[in-house]
Amino acid sequence: MWPGRHLVLALALGLIAVPAHAATIQIVMENLVVAPAEISARVGDTIEWVNKDVFAHTATARNGDFDVNLPPKKTVTSVLNKAGTVEYYCRFHPNMKAVLKIEP
Amino acid sequence: MFLRLSTAVAALSLLSGAAFAQAAKPTDPQIAHIAYTAGVIDINAAKQAMTKASNKEVKAFAQDMVRDHEAVNKQALDLVKKLNVTPEDNDTSKALSKHATDKLAELNKLSGAAYDKAYVANEVAYHKAVNSALETQLIPSANNAELKSLLQTGLKIFQGHQQHAEMVAAKLK
Repeated sequence: MWPGRHLVLALALGLIAVPAHAATIQIVMENLVVAPAEISARVGDTIEWVNKDVFAHTATARNGDFDVNLPPKKTVTSVLNKAGTVEYYCRFHPNMKAVLKIEP
Repeated sequence: MFLRLSTAVAALSLLSGAAFAQAAKPTDPQIAHIAYTAGVIDINAAKQAMTKASNKEVKAFAQDMVRDHEAVNKQALDLVKKLNVTPEDNDTSKALSKHATDKLAELNKLSGAAYDKAYVANEVAYHKAVNSALETQLIPSANNAELKSLLQTGLKIFQGHQQHAEMVAAKLK
């Protein structure tokens, strides 16, 4: 109970820095297709990777910026911490490709 | 249509010893059995590759095959249970299994780079044959909508496997 109350207090006092415009963006992998195929985001935003398939997928940046493992029928979140236009794909199903435009 | 079907069947006959060249339209319980058998065959080939392959990409490809085909086959088992269908053994399944057993024995005699090449080449040919059978025979023959849909998902993922195998094959040259 107490830790929760401390968190509320800390938030109220502005002790925890919450980025002003941090958003949560959903990217869905279903039937071996990534949707949307291209989307814009900002550094600090959270990506909610939703894998609706029974197959394991990954979201792997070609430039090495991120490599997220997505078990079957699971949702995984990751926070964007570097700007750039990143092409990513699934290591297991290289036909699954998409682009994430991350603005500073 | 007729021409395409017979061409596909002819191609399959060459590749998989007439395995898919069954003329009569298969029933749903037979289709389920064929699809499941085809998956098991690729899983067995991949398990052999996981112990025998020397190339890193070939090993990773084999792991992908086990992961995906097991996922599809689990779906298939769940579906036949739900539909209360008992998969029915048939000549196509038998021919596929026979051909696969021979192929495994043949591959087992190879090692090193020769094994890697032969395994991947067989994966390309095998996925081509299975995909063509799915497209021209199994999917059009399936009556149950859920079975049809599972076969379509299978086709999509196996087409990906075929391309992936072709990519790995090209790198081994």
